[in-house]
This record gives sequence, C-alpha cells and structure tokens, in this order.
Amino acid sequence: MKDALTAGTISITGHGGDEIEAYLARPLEAAPFGGVVVIHHMPGYDAGTKEIALKFAANGYAALVPNLYYREAPGASPDDAAATVRARGGVPDERLVGDVGGAAAHLRALEGANGKVGVIGYCSGGRQSFLAACSLPLQAAVDCYGAFIVTPPPPERAWPQPIVGLAKDLSCPLLGLFGAEDKNPEPAETAELAKDLSALGKEHEFHTYEGAGHAFFAADRPSYRVEAANDGWQRIWDFYGRHLAS
Amino acid sequence: MCTYLTEKIEVTGSGKGSAGWFALSDATVYFDHPQHALAEHTLNIDFLNPGKGPAARVAVELTAESARALVRAIEATLEAVPPGLI
Repeated sequence: MKDALTAGTISITGHGGDEIEAYLARPLEAAPFGGVVVIHHMPGYDAGTKEIALKFAANGYAALVPNLYYREAPGASPDDAAATVRARGGVPDERLVGDVGGAAAHLRALEGANGKVGVIGYCSGGRQSFLAACSLPLQAAVDCYGAFIVTPPPPERAWPQPIVGLAKDLSCPLLGLFGAEDKNPEPAETAELAKDLSALGKEHEFHTYEGAGHAFFAADRPSYRVEAANDGWQRIWDFYGRHLAS
Repeated sequence: MCTYLTEKIEVTGSGKGSAGWFALSDATVYFDHPQHALAEHTLNIDFLNPGKGPAARVAVELTAESARALVRAIEATLEAVPPGLI
C-alpha cells in the first residue's frame, strides 16, 4: 500500500503577493493527486487543523493550510495569533480569497498534482470556503456549518456580511455538512441556501445530521458527535473522490 | 457558531503572562468558541499589549455563569472600597 506521506511548514505567496506561512501535507507516492485547501477555523492555525491536513494526505490528497493570521502574528502561538487578529477586526474577505487562491496555485504546481483543487472549511471557515468557491476557479468545495452566508449579522454589527449573492458565481460543486441542532446556521438558513443554489442550477449536496449541533467534527470539543462526524468524513471522501481524484 | 462578537476597550494596569508581568493597554471581551475550556462557547477576555507582540496576553475563558459572577464580584468589590481611594 502506498501510504507514505510528508508534511511540514512552508512559505506560499498569498493575497497581494505577501509571503505567508502554510502547512503542507502530501502523499509521497500516490501521484497523480488532487489538492485540498484547508481553511482553519477562527481559533486559529492550530494542531487540530494540521491533523485534518494529515488526514487528507493519508487519503491520497495534497492538503495545504494557509496561516490566515500570519501577517499580524508571525511566529506566535495559534491562540495568541487568533486573539491578535480578533482584536484587529478579523480577516477581510478579500484577503481570504487571495490567500486561498495562492494556496490553490501552490497545490496545482506541485510535482504529481493532477491540477484539481478543492477547498474545505469549518465554522467561520465554512463561510470562507463558500466565499472562495464563488470567487476562484475550483473543482469542489465543502462547507462545514458555516454561518452568515445567508443570514445577516445583528444590526449593531457590520461584519461578516452575507455572501449568498455570490452564489451565481459558484465555480464548482458544493458539499454542505450541517447539524440539525445548530443555531447558526439554522437548518432553515441552509435550506434557503440549497433553494437558491437549485434555482441557479448550481450542483450541491447538503446533509443535516440529527442529534448534532455546531462543530460536530471537532474531536477535541464537547460538540463532537461521532456518528455525524464519521458519516461526514465518508461524504467528503465520496465527494472529493468524484471531483478531485484523478 | 462563531459569533464574531467582540467588545474592545482600553485599559490601564498590568497583567502577568507567560514571560512575566507587562503593562496592559487593551482588553477584548467576546462570547465565542474557547481554545481550552470544555464548552461550546465561553465568555473570553484577553488582556493585551499589542505593542509588545501577540504573546503579551493574559487570557481567560469562563462559562457564562462564571462570567456573570465575576462581574458581580468586581462591582461588589468596587462598591465596598472606602471613600477617597478611587
């Protein structure tokens, strides 16, 4: 079985030509392989996100996690970096798109790459995954319980703004994985998104798990729901297998 | 959910971080996913000095109940301060 992989920190060119840190995990022998940009959640470029990248590499994909907080906090611990960026107002949507675009270009240029790149994000990264898929030429996107895609934030807050208006530009099939007990996005919101995508003729596949709320994939948090997470991973392997594998 | 909620204030005082004491200039308060506490959401406070870098931070993650108890304790303590000290 060809299951050897390699992983480590590299530098990639992100939004505006900035050099940013990123974590690359890739198969050593499984070429040609597809690529996956893994968007870290709001708590940061952390060990849990790197484990996700390793999981993709172990399953035959090159996975790249751009450190979205690198500019404000180079070399800082993930939690300190997250606090710094939060205090400064968060990651602008335009910069996120540029960083994911840079990561996708890096994946496509890897020796052994098949040229197909997907994106996946959890929580805040779920919204960002949808944003990237509506802004960049990609081959598959996964949104894990991303909020504020359809529903606007409360009136006293200007950010993040809903981005459902970008759906007409969705460049690839979208897999959505949600919890029936999630308050944000509520099932009504994801149903509205599915309705809009259907009206636009955009290929999508949404699954909403009973007994699961937000962050059911996070194995190190109380929100972890093993049945939903296990089925979700199977959906991801099936989806990426159809759209990213050679 | 990520709430994206953040209150930011300027503060004067000191905090003790991983490298010892440092002067504080800012604090952020938000209710969102914790880094460490075993809860889906917590009331988080970061005491910061951005001029000294990201590691100049004292962080707490409290359950909502604990955070409200802390607010009451702070208010009660300040109310009990003898006249002339504040």
